[in-house]
Amino acid sequence: MKKILVVDDEHDVEHLFLQRFRKEIRSGLMEMNFAFNGEDALTFIKSLNPYDVVIVLSDINMPGMTGLELLKIIKSEYKTLKVMMITAYGDESNYNNAISIGADDFMSKPVDFSALKEKILNIQ
Amino acid sequence: MKNKRFLLFLSCFICVSTINSYGNIVEKTFFQDGISASIQQHTLLTISLPFWKSWWLTAFMALIVTLVIFFYIRLRTNSLINQNIQLEEKVNLMTNQLQDKNTELSNSMENQRRLQTQLIVSEKMASLGQLTAGIAHEIQNPLNFINNFSELSVELLEEFKEIKEESEKLGIIDDVKQNLEKIVIHGKRADSIVKSMLQHSRKAPDEKIPTDINKLVEEFFVLAYHGMRAKDPGFNCVLEKLLEPGLPLVPVIPQEVSRVILNIFNNSFYAVDERGKIEEKNYKPKVSISTRRTNGNILIKIHDNGKGIPPEIREKIFNPFFTTKPAGDGTGLGLSISYDIIVNGHNGELFVDSVPGEFTEFNISLPIK
Repeated sequence: MKKILVVDDEHDVEHLFLQRFRKEIRSGLMEMNFAFNGEDALTFIKSLNPYDVVIVLSDINMPGMTGLELLKIIKSEYKTLKVMMITAYGDESNYNNAISIGADDFMSKPVDFSALKEKILNIQ
Repeated sequence: MKNKRFLLFLSCFICVSTINSYGNIVEKTFFQDGISASIQQHTLLTISLPFWKSWWLTAFMALIVTLVIFFYIRLRTNSLINQNIQLEEKVNLMTNQLQDKNTELSNSMENQRRLQTQLIVSEKMASLGQLTAGIAHEIQNPLNFINNFSELSVELLEEFKEIKEESEKLGIIDDVKQNLEKIVIHGKRADSIVKSMLQHSRKAPDEKIPTDINKLVEEFFVLAYHGMRAKDPGFNCVLEKLLEPGLPLVPVIPQEVSRVILNIFNNSFYAVDERGKIEEKNYKPKVSISTRRTNGNILIKIHDNGKGIPPEIREKIFNPFFTTKPAGDGTGLGLSISYDIIVNGHNGELFVDSVPGEFTEFNISLPIK
């Protein structure tokens, strides 16, 4: 089972992911968790017991802590955690920034959910 | 006879008197008897005065002098007349030149006015350009939701056909209903963004419409923020809203007031960004917006903890074309137009308070009636 944390300031992302991955969730392949800002995401990760999230999917542009700042903290404090950045601005500098900080993957909005599903299910 | 003097030649001696020009005897020389002994009798000689003492010469000279004076006066008069004519010509020439310059000046003033109008338009376009990026982001998100929820609803309905269990069917109906509601919400969200963009770019009518200031302020806060984010993806800032609920509608020209709000937000984001460049560590950029009702007015306060405005330029910030931003970043018209809109267009007040290195606070006061 893949435990996933989605971080986005848009609340409807929750409905969207739950419906997009409804079959995988129903069949127990995935478990979805949501945080609506970077701070909440860190609180969630800190509270994990056991520490079993396999991937964080994070938006870059959020008020307060940005996705890139969150990525930086995760990569320094929770090194084994995989992080995939998702952003509306799929531009070169955001991509390079995310990769240089240590993002494991990068996707731009609108998200191609079948590609995302494949990526998540292939995580070892 | 006064002018004449006599010389006496005596028999035994000769006396020669030297007479000066005035006829006075100044020297007398006596010769010994014998040199002119033959002169026995004395002769009276009448010596006339030298010709330069003669009356006719005097008269002649007087005549000459008179003539000279006469001709001199004539000459001077003529030259004065000439000078006068020359002066008049010069004055005419200069008057013509002045008239030319005047025409030139009024032409250049006309040009300047035209240029200014163009600049005001381009300032509007520049702020629209900043908006566009924010708008693109703001529209992209609802559109994504609309596309996703529509696709999902089609999938769910396909599943619906194959499901036999009643409870599962009801679950799918609930999901589809929820999706359609989300589609409506996000459709309206995109719609209102497009509307406010159009409102911003359209020529503003002079008509004041009762407006919900909180809604207007909130909308442009988000747009300005995303505009800044689009320009600089690394930009980040805490946004704080303290909007007093239940404010009365205020008669304003919404597109004009939204321009002011947008201008000030852009400045605030710029100011916190600039301070962030200097103090990288421990600095938390923050922009807050608050509204509240005071005696007969609505007060809109935009506060940022950016680099602040030094006192020596605080008076200049509302001047047209004054900007501290690097060339190409600001037209220097934003705040001057804002001032015009609030003070002249709405009988309101716009004032600024700032401590360099700490904060800047713009206050907009709009009369409720």
